[in-house]
Amino acid sequence: MAEKKQLRIATRNSGFIDPENIDSYIAVGGYLGLAKCISEMTPEQVIEEMKNSGLRGRGGAGFPTGVKWGFAAKYQSDTKYVVCNADEGDPGAFMDRAVLEGDPHSVLEAMAIGAYAIGGNKGTIYIRAEYPLAIERLKIAIAQAEEKGLLGANILGSDFSFDLDIKYGAGAFVCGEETALIASMEGSRGEPYTKPPFPAEAGYWDKPTIVNNVETLSIIPAILVKGADWFNKIGSETSKGTKVFALAGKIKNVGLVEVPMGITLQEVIMEVGGGCPGGKKFKAVQTGGPSGGALTYKDLDAPIDYENLIARNSMMGSGGMIVMDEDDCMVAVAKFFLDFTMEETCGKCTPCRIGSKRIYETLDRITMGQGTQEDIEKLKSLSVNIKDTALCGLGQTMPNPVLSTMRVFEDEYTAHVVDKKCPAGVCSDLLEFTVVADKCVGCTLCAKVCPVDCISGAAKEVHVIDQAACIKCGACLDKCKFDAIIKQ
Amino acid sequence: MAKINSVADLKKLREDLQAAEQAKAGKPVVNVSLATCSIASGGKDVMAAMKEEAAALSLDVEFVQSGCMTFCYAEPTVEVTLPGKEPVVFGFLDAEKAKAVIAKYVKEGEVVGDVVETGFERVVL
Repeated sequence: MAEKKQLRIATRNSGFIDPENIDSYIAVGGYLGLAKCISEMTPEQVIEEMKNSGLRGRGGAGFPTGVKWGFAAKYQSDTKYVVCNADEGDPGAFMDRAVLEGDPHSVLEAMAIGAYAIGGNKGTIYIRAEYPLAIERLKIAIAQAEEKGLLGANILGSDFSFDLDIKYGAGAFVCGEETALIASMEGSRGEPYTKPPFPAEAGYWDKPTIVNNVETLSIIPAILVKGADWFNKIGSETSKGTKVFALAGKIKNVGLVEVPMGITLQEVIMEVGGGCPGGKKFKAVQTGGPSGGALTYKDLDAPIDYENLIARNSMMGSGGMIVMDEDDCMVAVAKFFLDFTMEETCGKCTPCRIGSKRIYETLDRITMGQGTQEDIEKLKSLSVNIKDTALCGLGQTMPNPVLSTMRVFEDEYTAHVVDKKCPAGVCSDLLEFTVVADKCVGCTLCAKVCPVDCISGAAKEVHVIDQAACIKCGACLDKCKFDAIIKQ
Repeated sequence: MAKINSVADLKKLREDLQAAEQAKAGKPVVNVSLATCSIASGGKDVMAAMKEEAAALSLDVEFVQSGCMTFCYAEPTVEVTLPGKEPVVFGFLDAEKAKAVIAKYVKEGEVVGDVVETGFERVVL
């Protein structure tokens, strides 16, 4: 990599400073953003600066942060809350954990800035209990900031006070949705409720509340210090700044990358990520976790920003990228994600509760070779209906993996249904292992390794697999030294 | 820890901290990534091994811990900064390889093992 593709704003300090020492954060310009707000800016100016920066929420939907703060600022109340959504739940996404473990003070500083802007004085971090190290480092950070007078009463000698506490979530995916998150914080079941009223008007304990994601927050101090104009120049027309992606799956450089918005998929996967290992062909990448969709080899030229992803039936989500190569079956992938959302649906609304189950069952039938053409049509109409009718973001985005994989790989669905074949060779019910007669030397290795003894043949003679007894485990294929067993 | 009572105090503290860091610039700095993932892959063992080796060789090395360095594929990772040189990130470490980094790179400036490419620009406030 000669040219530097990555620009680290949200992860500017992670890996560089000691997260358990506040001095380490102050030395790299920590709390200067907050200091600037308190000493030089009115709350209105802070909100204006945030609007001008063009920063949009990094948790998924991409709502402009400054606008959200502006709403909460408008409502009069004795108490207003700033909530940090640290309920990172997408399979394969871990950027929030990295920020909390590597740079916790940036999140605390940004929450204080948010409180100052909306006229609030209380903050809560909602974090899943399965992030113990992040919690420990947050607790250390909060204690140190309080000792230094950077949290608590009369911050930096001003009239502004801000107190922070931590609430633990049990790891339910739906609790990343802001209304469900608020319900969970109040001790109720983690179920979403219908908006309006939006949390900005009546959120936590019915008080005006802003809910911001960890990554969004970690960017904010940098915007305040370097200015909205600086931030506004980075990124694409509609999506400003950088985005952290968690690369996982069939990719060489598994890890976090932070790149300017508008960068192409090609650059992220092939150049920064190093492409698929073992020289395999890149097939697709699931962005946005179970709520997102698959971008495919046809989308490699697509610039990555909020609008472009939605146009391709996917979404930014929190930035997980699960990379798939030619050996992955798209129907099985869609089934995997539907299995996840089916488990995680809270069950409050019918489209999500029953719809996820029906989609999963249909996909399951197709992967077992029992699907019909009608199933494919039904999948499409069901998906569209669920998107239109589900109560919250979880349900509305749940069919995305199906719709987006169908967009480019409908032929794979058709192959499962019509030809009863899995082109990628993943769905075991549709596979057949056979011995290629002219390659088999009769070494008997396959027969010895077969766990169900379904391979017969004398030594030095061609072997035969009994299809009725075969459990398609693939042990014989791995063992054969002569490429005499094929799977199709 | 004393309270910081004004914006001027905060800026002064930052300058003092930077000056203190500058004063230590003559020492090699070993920065060990210790996020959940790095710890899971053996980051703490690497840190301990390197401290042990530095002590055995009587080297004056500054050890610091940090969070995720973003190179999950190469964990455990360690960033070593020798005086007057650009930082080098070593990956795929274990206790033995980590000791070699101290004995070879820190002591003699000879690069050993796997160096991780760092293709990014970092925003500094």
